[in-house]
Amino acid sequence: MRKPKNVIRKGESKILLLMALPAFAIYAVLYLYPALSNLLWATRRWDGNPESEPEAVGFRNFTYMFTNDDVFIQSLGNNFRFMILVVIFQTGFSLLFATYLTKNTRTTIFLRTLYFFPTILSSVSVGLIWLALYDPNYGFINASLNALGFESLALNWLGDSRYALYALAVTQVWFHTGQMMVIYVAGLQQIPQELYEAAQVDGASKWQQFKHVSWPMALPTTAVVVAYTTIQTFRAFDLVYTMTNGGPLNSTEILVTLIYRNAFFGYQYGYAAAQTVVLVVVVLSLTWLQRRTLRLDYGAK
Amino acid sequence: MIYKTIKGFLLSVFALAIIIPCSIVIMGAFKTDLKIISEPLALPESWNFDNFKRLVDSGSVYTPAKNSIIVAFFSVFITLFLASLAAFAIARLITVTGKVLFVLFSVGLAIPGQVNIIPIYLLFVDLGLTNSLTGLVLVNIALTLPISIFIMSAFFRDLPKEMFEVAGIDGAGPWRVYRSIALPLSRPAIGATGIFLFVICWNDLLYPLMLITREDKKTLPLTLIDFRGEYLTEYSMIFTAILVASLPMIIMYIAFQRSFIAGLTQGAVKG
Repeated sequence: MRKPKNVIRKGESKILLLMALPAFAIYAVLYLYPALSNLLWATRRWDGNPESEPEAVGFRNFTYMFTNDDVFIQSLGNNFRFMILVVIFQTGFSLLFATYLTKNTRTTIFLRTLYFFPTILSSVSVGLIWLALYDPNYGFINASLNALGFESLALNWLGDSRYALYALAVTQVWFHTGQMMVIYVAGLQQIPQELYEAAQVDGASKWQQFKHVSWPMALPTTAVVVAYTTIQTFRAFDLVYTMTNGGPLNSTEILVTLIYRNAFFGYQYGYAAAQTVVLVVVVLSLTWLQRRTLRLDYGAK
Repeated sequence: MIYKTIKGFLLSVFALAIIIPCSIVIMGAFKTDLKIISEPLALPESWNFDNFKRLVDSGSVYTPAKNSIIVAFFSVFITLFLASLAAFAIARLITVTGKVLFVLFSVGLAIPGQVNIIPIYLLFVDLGLTNSLTGLVLVNIALTLPISIFIMSAFFRDLPKEMFEVAGIDGAGPWRVYRSIALPLSRPAIGATGIFLFVICWNDLLYPLMLITREDKKTLPLTLIDFRGEYLTEYSMIFTAILVASLPMIIMYIAFQRSFIAGLTQGAVKG
Protein backbone atom coordinates (compact mmCIF):
# COMPACT_ATOMS: atom_id res chain seq x y z
CA MET A 1 0.00 0.00 0.00
CA ARG A 2 1.31 3.40 -0.95
CA LYS A 3 1.11 6.01 1.71
CA PRO A 4 -0.37 9.31 0.58
CA LYS A 5 2.43 11.56 -0.47
CA ASN A 6 3.34 14.03 2.18
CA VAL A 7 6.63 15.33 0.96
CA ILE A 8 8.16 18.09 2.95
CA ARG A 9 10.53 20.32 1.09
CA LYS A 10 13.94 21.02 2.51
CA GLY A 11 13.83 23.87 4.97
CA GLU A 12 10.18 23.29 5.69
CA SER A 13 10.81 20.89 8.52
CA LYS A 14 13.03 23.51 10.09
CA ILE A 15 10.22 26.03 10.00
CA LEU A 16 7.84 23.42 11.38
CA LEU A 17 10.21 22.71 14.26
CA LEU A 18 10.41 26.40 14.95
CA MET A 19 6.63 26.55 15.14
CA ALA A 20 6.61 23.84 17.81
CA LEU A 21 9.47 25.40 19.73
CA PRO A 22 7.68 28.00 21.92
CA ALA A 23 5.13 25.47 23.16
CA PHE A 24 7.84 22.93 23.77
CA ALA A 25 10.05 25.37 25.64
CA ILE A 26 7.29 26.36 28.07
CA TYR A 27 6.24 22.75 28.47
CA ALA A 28 9.79 21.59 29.12
CA VAL A 29 10.56 24.28 31.68
CA LEU A 30 7.23 24.34 33.51
CA TYR A 31 6.04 20.74 33.18
CA LEU A 32 8.71 18.21 32.36
CA TYR A 33 11.47 19.79 34.43
CA PRO A 34 9.28 20.24 37.55
CA ALA A 35 7.95 16.69 37.18
CA LEU A 36 11.50 15.35 37.10
CA SER A 37 12.75 17.60 39.87
CA ASN A 38 9.85 16.41 42.01
CA LEU A 39 11.53 12.99 42.02
CA LEU A 40 14.64 14.64 43.41
CA TRP A 41 12.69 16.60 46.03
CA ALA A 42 11.05 13.36 47.10
CA THR A 43 14.41 12.13 48.38
CA ARG A 44 15.09 15.25 50.40
CA ARG A 45 14.11 16.88 53.62
CA TRP A 46 13.62 20.64 53.54
CA ASP A 47 11.55 23.10 55.57
CA GLY A 48 11.58 25.83 52.94
CA ASN A 49 13.83 28.08 54.98
CA PRO A 50 16.19 29.68 52.46
CA GLU A 51 19.00 29.63 55.03
CA SER A 52 18.90 25.89 55.52
CA GLU A 53 20.11 23.42 52.93
CA PRO A 54 17.87 20.59 51.69
CA GLU A 55 19.13 17.35 53.20
CA ALA A 56 19.34 14.14 51.15
CA VAL A 57 17.46 11.38 52.96
CA GLY A 58 17.23 8.67 50.30
CA PHE A 59 14.02 6.68 50.54
CA ARG A 60 13.33 7.60 54.16
CA ASN A 61 10.36 9.81 53.24
CA PHE A 62 8.69 6.77 51.69
CA THR A 63 9.44 4.34 54.48
CA TYR A 64 8.26 6.90 57.02
CA MET A 65 4.90 7.55 55.36
CA PHE A 66 4.05 3.86 55.09
CA THR A 67 5.24 2.87 58.56
CA ASN A 68 4.76 5.87 60.83
CA ASP A 69 2.25 8.25 59.29
CA ASP A 70 -1.28 7.28 60.29
CA VAL A 71 -2.82 10.31 58.64
CA PHE A 72 -1.20 9.39 55.33
CA ILE A 73 -2.53 5.83 55.51
CA GLN A 74 -5.94 7.17 56.46
CA SER A 75 -5.91 9.61 53.53
CA LEU A 76 -4.95 6.85 51.16
CA GLY A 77 -7.87 4.79 52.47
CA ASN A 78 -10.25 7.77 52.27
CA ASN A 79 -9.19 8.42 48.72
CA PHE A 80 -9.88 4.82 47.75
CA ARG A 81 -13.27 4.82 49.45
CA PHE A 82 -14.14 8.12 47.81
CA MET A 83 -13.04 6.76 44.44
CA ILE A 84 -15.02 3.53 44.74
CA LEU A 85 -18.18 5.36 45.83
CA VAL A 86 -17.98 7.96 43.10
CA VAL A 87 -16.96 5.54 40.36
CA ILE A 88 -19.85 3.19 41.15
CA PHE A 89 -22.56 5.82 41.47
CA GLN A 90 -21.35 8.30 38.89
CA THR A 91 -20.81 5.61 36.26
CA GLY A 92 -24.10 3.93 37.13
CA PHE A 93 -26.20 7.07 37.04
CA SER A 94 -24.55 8.50 33.95
CA LEU A 95 -25.07 5.23 32.06
CA LEU A 96 -28.67 5.00 33.26
CA PHE A 97 -29.53 8.54 32.21
CA ALA A 98 -27.64 8.16 28.93
CA THR A 99 -29.69 5.06 28.16
CA TYR A 100 -32.86 7.03 28.82
CA LEU A 101 -31.69 10.06 26.86
CA THR A 102 -29.88 8.50 23.89
CA LYS A 103 -32.35 9.67 21.24
CA ASN A 104 -32.33 13.30 20.17
CA THR A 105 -35.70 14.83 20.95
CA ARG A 106 -36.54 18.19 22.40
CA THR A 107 -37.07 16.76 25.89
CA THR A 108 -33.92 14.65 25.91
CA ILE A 109 -31.77 17.51 24.66
CA PHE A 110 -33.23 19.80 27.31
CA LEU A 111 -32.61 17.26 30.08
CA ARG A 112 -29.09 16.56 28.87
CA THR A 113 -28.32 20.27 28.87
CA LEU A 114 -29.76 20.57 32.38
CA TYR A 115 -27.89 17.56 33.73
CA PHE A 116 -24.65 18.84 32.24
CA PHE A 117 -25.06 22.27 33.82
CA PRO A 118 -23.20 21.67 37.14
CA THR A 119 -20.05 20.77 35.16
CA ILE A 120 -19.56 24.39 34.10
CA LEU A 121 -19.55 25.67 37.68
CA SER A 122 -16.35 25.96 39.66
CA SER A 123 -15.64 23.41 42.37
CA VAL A 124 -15.59 26.30 44.83
CA SER A 125 -19.11 27.38 43.84
CA VAL A 126 -20.39 23.82 43.95
CA GLY A 127 -18.71 23.33 47.33
CA LEU A 128 -20.30 26.49 48.74
CA ILE A 129 -23.75 25.56 47.39
CA TRP A 130 -23.56 22.16 49.03
CA LEU A 131 -22.18 23.60 52.26
CA ALA A 132 -25.40 25.61 52.39
CA LEU A 133 -27.58 22.61 51.53
CA TYR A 134 -25.87 20.45 54.17
CA ASP A 135 -25.99 23.14 56.89
CA PRO A 136 -27.21 21.13 59.92
CA ASN A 137 -29.49 23.91 61.21
CA TYR A 138 -30.52 26.02 58.26
CA GLY A 139 -29.74 23.82 55.26
CA PHE A 140 -32.36 22.77 52.76
CA ILE A 141 -31.72 19.05 53.23
CA ASN A 142 -32.29 18.98 56.97
CA ALA A 143 -35.16 21.47 56.76
CA SER A 144 -36.91 19.18 54.27
CA LEU A 145 -36.22 16.08 56.37
CA ASN A 146 -37.63 17.81 59.44
CA ALA A 147 -40.67 19.05 57.55
CA LEU A 148 -41.37 15.52 56.29
CA GLY A 149 -41.12 14.11 59.80
CA PHE A 150 -37.75 12.40 59.45
CA GLU A 151 -36.08 14.37 62.27
CA SER A 152 -33.84 11.43 63.14
CA LEU A 153 -32.35 11.51 59.64
CA ALA A 154 -31.44 15.19 59.83
CA LEU A 155 -27.78 14.58 60.55
CA ASN A 156 -24.76 16.81 60.79
CA TRP A 157 -23.66 15.69 57.34
CA LEU A 158 -20.30 17.39 57.03
CA GLY A 159 -19.58 17.83 60.73
CA ASP A 160 -19.68 14.16 61.63
CA SER A 161 -16.66 12.07 60.70
CA ARG A 162 -18.91 9.08 60.00
CA TYR A 163 -20.83 10.77 57.18
CA ALA A 164 -18.63 13.52 55.80
CA LEU A 165 -16.90 11.45 53.12
CA TYR A 166 -20.24 10.14 51.87
CA ALA A 167 -21.65 13.65 51.80
CA LEU A 168 -18.67 14.73 49.68
CA ALA A 169 -19.18 11.78 47.35
CA VAL A 170 -22.81 12.82 46.82
CA THR A 171 -21.67 16.30 45.85
CA GLN A 172 -19.01 14.97 43.49
CA VAL A 173 -21.55 12.68 41.79
CA TRP A 174 -24.00 15.59 41.46
CA PHE A 175 -21.21 17.68 39.99
CA HIS A 176 -19.99 15.38 37.21
CA THR A 177 -22.70 12.82 36.38
CA GLY A 178 -23.97 15.03 33.54
CA GLN A 179 -20.52 15.24 31.98
CA MET A 180 -20.07 11.47 32.02
CA MET A 181 -23.62 11.03 30.72
CA VAL A 182 -22.78 13.09 27.64
CA ILE A 183 -19.79 10.84 26.96
CA TYR A 184 -22.05 7.80 27.27
CA VAL A 185 -24.69 9.35 25.00
CA ALA A 186 -22.04 9.80 22.31
CA GLY A 187 -21.00 6.17 22.76
CA LEU A 188 -24.54 4.78 22.75
CA GLN A 189 -25.54 6.78 19.69
CA GLN A 190 -22.87 4.97 17.70
CA ILE A 191 -24.41 1.57 18.32
CA PRO A 192 -26.18 0.50 15.09
CA GLN A 193 -29.95 0.78 15.48
CA GLU A 194 -30.37 -2.60 13.70
CA LEU A 195 -28.99 -4.41 16.74
CA TYR A 196 -31.85 -3.11 18.88
CA GLU A 197 -34.37 -3.84 16.15
CA ALA A 198 -33.11 -7.39 15.86
CA ALA A 199 -33.34 -7.79 19.63
CA GLN A 200 -36.90 -6.45 19.60
CA VAL A 201 -37.86 -8.93 16.90
CA ASP A 202 -36.54 -11.66 19.17
CA GLY A 203 -38.81 -10.29 21.90
CA ALA A 204 -36.01 -8.99 24.14
CA SER A 205 -37.13 -6.80 27.03
CA LYS A 206 -35.57 -3.37 27.68
CA TRP A 207 -33.34 -4.92 30.29
CA GLN A 208 -32.23 -7.71 27.95
CA GLN A 209 -31.54 -5.17 25.22
CA PHE A 210 -29.40 -3.23 27.65
CA LYS A 211 -27.59 -6.31 28.87
CA HIS A 212 -26.88 -7.86 25.49
CA VAL A 213 -26.54 -4.82 23.25
CA SER A 214 -25.88 -1.51 25.06
CA TRP A 215 -23.59 -2.74 27.82
CA PRO A 216 -21.17 -4.84 25.73
CA MET A 217 -21.16 -2.29 22.91
CA ALA A 218 -20.54 0.59 25.31
CA LEU A 219 -17.68 -1.08 27.19
CA PRO A 220 -14.98 1.05 25.54
CA THR A 221 -16.93 4.13 26.66
CA THR A 222 -17.20 2.69 30.16
CA ALA A 223 -13.43 2.33 30.18
CA VAL A 224 -13.07 6.03 29.39
CA VAL A 225 -15.69 7.11 31.93
CA VAL A 226 -14.27 4.98 34.74
CA ALA A 227 -10.71 6.12 34.06
CA TYR A 228 -11.67 9.78 33.98
CA THR A 229 -13.84 9.51 37.09
CA THR A 230 -11.00 7.82 38.95
CA ILE A 231 -8.62 10.62 38.04
CA GLN A 232 -11.23 13.17 39.12
CA THR A 233 -11.51 11.61 42.57
CA PHE A 234 -7.77 11.87 43.07
CA ARG A 235 -7.81 15.45 41.85
CA ALA A 236 -10.75 16.60 43.97
CA PHE A 237 -8.68 19.14 45.87
CA ASP A 238 -10.88 22.18 45.20
CA LEU A 239 -14.09 20.54 46.36
CA VAL A 240 -12.65 18.96 49.51
CA TYR A 241 -10.75 22.10 50.42
CA THR A 242 -13.91 24.19 50.08
CA MET A 243 -16.29 21.89 51.91
CA THR A 244 -14.40 20.19 54.74
CA ASN A 245 -10.71 20.96 54.33
CA GLY A 246 -9.99 17.35 55.23
CA GLY A 247 -11.93 17.34 58.48
CA PRO A 248 -13.57 16.38 60.77
CA LEU A 249 -10.80 14.26 62.31
CA ASN A 250 -9.13 13.74 58.91
CA SER A 251 -12.16 11.77 57.78
CA THR A 252 -12.22 13.51 54.40
CA GLU A 253 -8.50 14.03 53.99
CA ILE A 254 -7.49 12.78 50.55
CA LEU A 255 -3.99 12.63 49.12
CA VAL A 256 -3.94 16.03 47.38
CA THR A 257 -5.30 17.90 50.37
CA LEU A 258 -2.78 16.16 52.63
CA ILE A 259 0.08 17.00 50.27
CA TYR A 260 -1.05 20.62 50.22
CA ARG A 261 -1.20 20.73 54.02
CA ASN A 262 2.16 19.05 54.51
CA ALA A 263 3.86 21.40 52.06
CA PHE A 264 2.25 24.75 52.79
CA PHE A 265 1.31 24.43 56.46
CA GLY A 266 3.77 21.79 57.67
CA TYR A 267 6.66 23.16 55.57
CA GLN A 268 7.77 19.62 54.77
CA TYR A 269 8.46 20.13 51.09
CA GLY A 270 10.49 16.96 50.56
CA TYR A 271 7.98 14.80 52.38
CA ALA A 272 5.06 16.28 50.43
CA ALA A 273 6.95 15.74 47.18
CA ALA A 274 7.39 12.07 48.10
CA GLN A 275 3.65 11.78 48.71
CA THR A 276 3.05 13.30 45.29
CA VAL A 277 5.10 10.49 43.79
CA VAL A 278 2.88 7.97 45.57
CA LEU A 279 -0.21 9.79 44.29
CA VAL A 280 1.03 9.60 40.72
CA VAL A 281 1.99 5.94 41.00
CA VAL A 282 -1.43 5.11 42.46
CA VAL A 283 -3.32 7.00 39.74
CA LEU A 284 -1.23 5.55 36.93
CA SER A 285 -1.52 1.97 38.15
CA LEU A 286 -5.26 2.31 38.76
CA THR A 287 -5.96 3.64 35.27
CA TRP A 288 -3.70 1.01 33.74
CA LEU A 289 -5.44 -1.74 35.69
CA GLN A 290 -8.91 -0.51 34.77
CA ARG A 291 -8.10 -0.22 31.10
CA ARG A 292 -6.72 -3.73 31.09
CA THR A 293 -9.68 -5.24 32.89
CA LEU A 294 -12.31 -3.49 30.82
CA ARG A 295 -10.51 -4.21 27.58
CA LEU A 296 -10.05 -7.88 28.35
CA ASP A 297 -13.70 -8.08 29.23
CA TYR A 298 -14.54 -6.46 25.95
CA GLY A 299 -12.29 -8.76 23.96
CA ALA A 300 -13.90 -11.82 25.49
CA LYS A 301 -17.32 -10.96 24.13
CA MET B 1 -45.74 0.87 31.56
CA ILE B 2 -43.76 0.29 34.75
CA TYR B 3 -40.60 0.94 32.76
CA LYS B 4 -41.91 4.32 31.65
CA THR B 5 -42.99 5.28 35.15
CA ILE B 6 -39.64 4.43 36.69
CA LYS B 7 -37.84 6.21 33.88
CA GLY B 8 -39.93 9.35 34.29
CA PHE B 9 -39.51 9.26 38.05
CA LEU B 10 -35.71 8.91 37.98
CA LEU B 11 -35.29 11.56 35.31
CA SER B 12 -37.44 14.02 37.28
CA VAL B 13 -35.63 13.32 40.54
CA PHE B 14 -32.25 14.15 39.03
CA ALA B 15 -33.69 17.17 37.21
CA LEU B 16 -35.04 18.46 40.54
CA ALA B 17 -31.75 17.69 42.26
CA ILE B 18 -30.18 20.20 39.90
CA ILE B 19 -33.00 22.73 39.64
CA ILE B 20 -33.62 23.05 43.39
CA PRO B 21 -30.08 23.95 44.54
CA CYS B 22 -29.64 26.29 41.59
CA SER B 23 -32.90 28.11 42.22
CA ILE B 24 -32.13 28.40 45.94
CA VAL B 25 -28.91 30.18 44.97
CA ILE B 26 -30.39 32.37 42.24
CA MET B 27 -33.42 33.44 44.27
CA GLY B 28 -31.33 33.67 47.41
CA ALA B 29 -29.30 36.41 45.77
CA PHE B 30 -32.45 38.54 45.92
CA LYS B 31 -33.52 37.63 49.45
CA THR B 32 -32.58 38.35 53.03
CA ASP B 33 -30.84 35.68 55.11
CA LEU B 34 -34.01 35.14 57.09
CA LYS B 35 -36.07 34.46 53.98
CA ILE B 36 -33.44 32.14 52.53
CA ILE B 37 -33.69 29.97 55.61
CA SER B 38 -37.43 30.15 56.19
CA GLU B 39 -38.66 29.95 52.59
CA PRO B 40 -35.76 28.74 50.45
CA LEU B 41 -37.94 27.88 47.47
CA ALA B 42 -40.28 30.87 47.54
CA LEU B 43 -39.89 33.58 44.96
CA PRO B 44 -38.21 36.70 46.34
CA GLU B 45 -40.61 39.44 47.41
CA SER B 46 -38.98 41.85 45.04
CA TRP B 47 -36.17 41.49 42.53
CA ASN B 48 -34.04 44.18 44.13
CA PHE B 49 -30.29 44.32 43.87
CA ASP B 50 -29.53 45.12 47.52
CA ASN B 51 -27.31 42.08 47.94
CA PHE B 52 -25.40 42.91 44.78
CA LYS B 53 -24.88 46.47 45.99
CA ARG B 54 -23.61 45.26 49.34
CA LEU B 55 -21.27 42.87 47.59
CA VAL B 56 -19.88 45.55 45.30
CA ASP B 57 -19.58 48.00 48.21
CA SER B 58 -17.58 45.46 50.20
CA GLY B 59 -14.91 46.00 47.53
CA SER B 60 -14.46 42.30 46.86
CA VAL B 61 -15.84 42.01 43.35
CA TYR B 62 -14.10 44.35 40.99
CA THR B 63 -10.44 43.42 41.58
CA PRO B 64 -10.83 39.61 41.66
CA ALA B 65 -13.19 39.71 38.67
CA LYS B 66 -10.67 41.79 36.75
CA ASN B 67 -7.84 39.44 37.74
CA SER B 68 -9.84 36.36 36.77
CA ILE B 69 -10.67 37.86 33.39
CA ILE B 70 -7.05 38.82 32.72
CA VAL B 71 -5.70 35.42 33.77
CA ALA B 72 -8.32 33.40 31.87
CA PHE B 73 -8.11 35.55 28.75
CA PHE B 74 -4.34 35.48 28.40
CA SER B 75 -4.02 31.83 29.45
CA VAL B 76 -6.57 30.68 26.90
CA PHE B 77 -5.33 32.78 24.00
CA ILE B 78 -1.65 32.06 24.46
CA THR B 79 -2.32 28.34 24.98
CA LEU B 80 -4.52 28.14 21.89
CA PHE B 81 -1.95 29.98 19.82
CA LEU B 82 1.07 27.97 20.97
CA ALA B 83 -0.82 24.66 20.98
CA SER B 84 -2.23 25.13 17.50
CA LEU B 85 1.22 25.97 16.15
CA ALA B 86 2.79 22.96 17.83
CA ALA B 87 -0.07 20.64 16.87
CA PHE B 88 0.16 21.77 13.27
CA ALA B 89 3.89 21.15 13.26
CA ILE B 90 3.45 17.71 14.83
CA ALA B 91 0.77 16.75 12.34
CA ARG B 92 2.92 17.91 9.40
CA LEU B 93 6.29 16.64 10.55
CA ILE B 94 6.40 13.10 9.24
CA THR B 95 9.98 12.74 10.40
CA VAL B 96 11.05 11.02 13.61
CA THR B 97 11.30 14.42 15.29
CA GLY B 98 7.55 14.90 14.93
CA LYS B 99 6.86 11.58 16.59
CA VAL B 100 9.32 12.28 19.39
CA LEU B 101 7.71 15.65 20.04
CA PHE B 102 4.29 14.04 20.17
CA VAL B 103 5.44 11.39 22.62
CA LEU B 104 7.06 14.02 24.84
CA PHE B 105 3.85 16.05 24.98
CA SER B 106 1.87 12.85 25.64
CA VAL B 107 3.97 12.25 28.74
CA GLY B 108 2.27 15.33 30.15
CA LEU B 109 -1.10 13.72 29.55
CA ALA B 110 -0.12 10.63 31.46
CA ILE B 111 1.32 12.40 34.51
CA PRO B 112 -1.37 14.03 36.63
CA GLY B 113 -0.75 17.78 36.90
CA GLN B 114 -0.53 17.71 40.69
CA VAL B 115 2.90 16.17 40.48
CA ASN B 116 4.07 19.69 39.83
CA ILE B 117 2.59 21.42 42.89
CA ILE B 118 5.75 21.52 44.97
CA PRO B 119 8.45 21.95 42.31
CA ILE B 120 6.41 24.69 40.60
CA TYR B 121 5.91 26.49 43.87
CA LEU B 122 9.61 26.33 44.74
CA LEU B 123 10.57 27.36 41.21
CA PHE B 124 8.18 30.30 41.23
CA VAL B 125 9.47 31.47 44.59
CA ASP B 126 12.97 31.46 43.10
CA LEU B 127 11.83 33.31 39.99
CA GLY B 128 9.78 35.83 41.97
CA LEU B 129 6.60 34.73 40.19
CA THR B 130 4.45 34.32 43.27
CA ASN B 131 1.76 36.94 43.74
CA SER B 132 1.83 37.63 40.04
CA LEU B 133 -0.86 37.19 37.44
CA THR B 134 1.87 36.41 34.90
CA GLY B 135 2.85 33.49 37.10
CA LEU B 136 -0.72 32.16 37.07
CA VAL B 137 -0.93 32.55 33.30
CA LEU B 138 2.35 30.64 32.89
CA VAL B 139 1.13 27.80 35.13
CA ASN B 140 -2.14 27.58 33.24
CA ILE B 141 -0.36 27.48 29.90
CA ALA B 142 2.06 24.78 31.01
CA LEU B 143 -0.65 22.63 32.55
CA THR B 144 -3.08 22.83 29.64
CA LEU B 145 -0.62 22.66 26.72
CA PRO B 146 -0.37 18.85 26.56
CA ILE B 147 -4.13 18.25 26.39
CA SER B 148 -4.67 21.13 23.94
CA ILE B 149 -1.93 19.88 21.63
CA PHE B 150 -3.34 16.39 21.84
CA ILE B 151 -6.86 17.47 20.88
CA MET B 152 -5.71 19.77 18.11
CA SER B 153 -3.13 17.51 16.51
CA ALA B 154 -5.78 14.79 16.30
CA PHE B 155 -7.93 17.30 14.47
CA PHE B 156 -5.18 18.45 12.10
CA ARG B 157 -4.31 14.87 11.27
CA ASP B 158 -7.90 14.24 10.19
CA LEU B 159 -7.88 17.13 7.74
CA PRO B 160 -7.48 15.95 4.13
CA LYS B 161 -3.80 15.93 3.25
CA GLU B 162 -4.48 17.03 -0.34
CA MET B 163 -5.31 20.52 0.87
CA PHE B 164 -1.87 20.99 2.31
CA GLU B 165 -0.22 19.46 -0.73
CA VAL B 166 -2.00 21.71 -3.17
CA ALA B 167 -1.02 24.70 -1.09
CA GLY B 168 2.54 23.40 -0.99
CA ILE B 169 2.64 23.09 -4.79
CA ASP B 170 1.43 26.64 -5.05
CA GLY B 171 4.54 27.59 -3.16
CA ALA B 172 3.02 28.36 0.21
CA GLY B 173 5.37 27.77 3.15
CA PRO B 174 4.26 26.07 6.37
CA TRP B 175 3.50 29.38 8.00
CA ARG B 176 1.10 30.39 5.20
CA VAL B 177 -0.52 26.94 5.17
CA TYR B 178 -1.04 27.16 8.90
CA ARG B 179 -2.55 30.62 8.71
CA SER B 180 -4.71 30.39 5.66
CA ILE B 181 -5.70 26.71 5.60
CA ALA B 182 -5.23 24.93 8.91
CA LEU B 183 -6.49 27.68 11.21
CA PRO B 184 -9.69 28.57 9.34
CA LEU B 185 -10.57 24.89 8.91
CA SER B 186 -10.06 24.10 12.57
CA ARG B 187 -12.19 26.89 13.96
CA PRO B 188 -14.69 24.47 15.58
CA ALA B 189 -11.91 22.47 17.24
CA ILE B 190 -10.21 25.62 18.45
CA GLY B 191 -13.50 27.01 19.75
CA ALA B 192 -14.33 23.86 21.69
CA THR B 193 -10.80 23.62 23.08
CA GLY B 194 -10.92 27.31 24.01
CA ILE B 195 -14.10 26.83 26.03
CA PHE B 196 -12.61 23.81 27.74
CA LEU B 197 -9.51 25.82 28.67
CA PHE B 198 -11.53 28.83 29.76
CA VAL B 199 -13.56 26.76 32.23
CA ILE B 200 -10.37 25.24 33.70
CA CYS B 201 -8.62 28.59 34.07
CA TRP B 202 -11.67 30.47 35.35
CA ASN B 203 -12.45 27.85 37.99
CA ASP B 204 -8.99 26.81 39.19
CA LEU B 205 -8.34 27.08 42.91
CA LEU B 206 -5.26 25.01 43.73
CA TYR B 207 -2.55 27.01 41.97
CA PRO B 208 -3.91 30.49 42.88
CA LEU B 209 -4.19 29.28 46.48
CA MET B 210 -0.53 28.27 46.42
CA LEU B 211 0.87 31.22 44.54
CA ILE B 212 -1.28 34.21 45.51
CA THR B 213 -1.51 35.77 48.95
CA ARG B 214 -1.86 39.47 48.15
CA GLU B 215 -5.42 40.80 48.12
CA ASP B 216 -4.95 42.79 44.92
CA LYS B 217 -3.86 39.69 42.97
CA LYS B 218 -6.60 37.32 44.10
CA THR B 219 -8.86 35.63 41.56
CA LEU B 220 -12.59 34.94 41.99
CA PRO B 221 -12.30 31.39 43.39
CA LEU B 222 -9.89 32.68 46.06
CA THR B 223 -12.26 35.49 47.01
CA LEU B 224 -15.14 33.02 47.19
CA ILE B 225 -13.09 30.88 49.57
CA ASP B 226 -12.47 33.94 51.74
CA PHE B 227 -16.22 34.57 51.75
CA ARG B 228 -16.79 31.15 53.25
CA GLY B 229 -14.93 32.26 56.35
CA GLU B 230 -16.03 35.87 56.34
CA TYR B 231 -19.76 35.45 55.95
CA LEU B 232 -20.18 31.95 57.43
CA THR B 233 -23.93 31.44 57.25
CA GLU B 234 -24.75 34.80 55.75
CA TYR B 235 -26.09 33.00 52.75
CA SER B 236 -27.47 36.06 50.99
CA MET B 237 -23.91 37.29 50.46
CA ILE B 238 -22.48 33.87 49.64
CA PHE B 239 -25.20 33.11 47.10
CA THR B 240 -24.86 36.51 45.47
CA ALA B 241 -21.11 36.00 45.20
CA ILE B 242 -21.56 32.53 43.69
CA LEU B 243 -23.99 33.95 41.15
CA VAL B 244 -21.67 36.80 40.20
CA ALA B 245 -18.65 34.47 39.87
CA SER B 246 -20.58 31.95 37.76
CA LEU B 247 -22.45 34.42 35.59
CA PRO B 248 -19.94 34.52 32.72
CA MET B 249 -20.00 30.73 32.53
CA ILE B 250 -23.77 30.57 32.67
CA ILE B 251 -24.18 33.15 29.90
CA MET B 252 -21.60 31.40 27.74
CA TYR B 253 -23.23 28.04 28.41
CA ILE B 254 -26.63 29.28 27.33
CA ALA B 255 -25.17 30.94 24.25
CA PHE B 256 -22.85 28.15 23.08
CA GLN B 257 -24.37 25.00 24.61
CA ARG B 258 -23.15 22.70 21.86
CA SER B 259 -19.54 23.80 21.77
CA PHE B 260 -19.52 23.91 25.55
CA ILE B 261 -20.62 20.31 25.93
CA ALA B 262 -18.36 19.21 23.08
CA GLY B 263 -15.38 21.05 24.54
CA LEU B 264 -15.78 19.78 28.06
CA THR B 265 -16.36 16.17 27.09
CA GLN B 266 -13.70 15.97 24.41
CA GLY B 267 -11.27 17.22 27.03
CA ALA B 268 -12.43 14.42 29.29
CA VAL B 269 -12.25 11.70 26.67
CA LYS B 270 -8.82 12.64 25.42
CA GLY B 271 -7.43 13.41 28.86
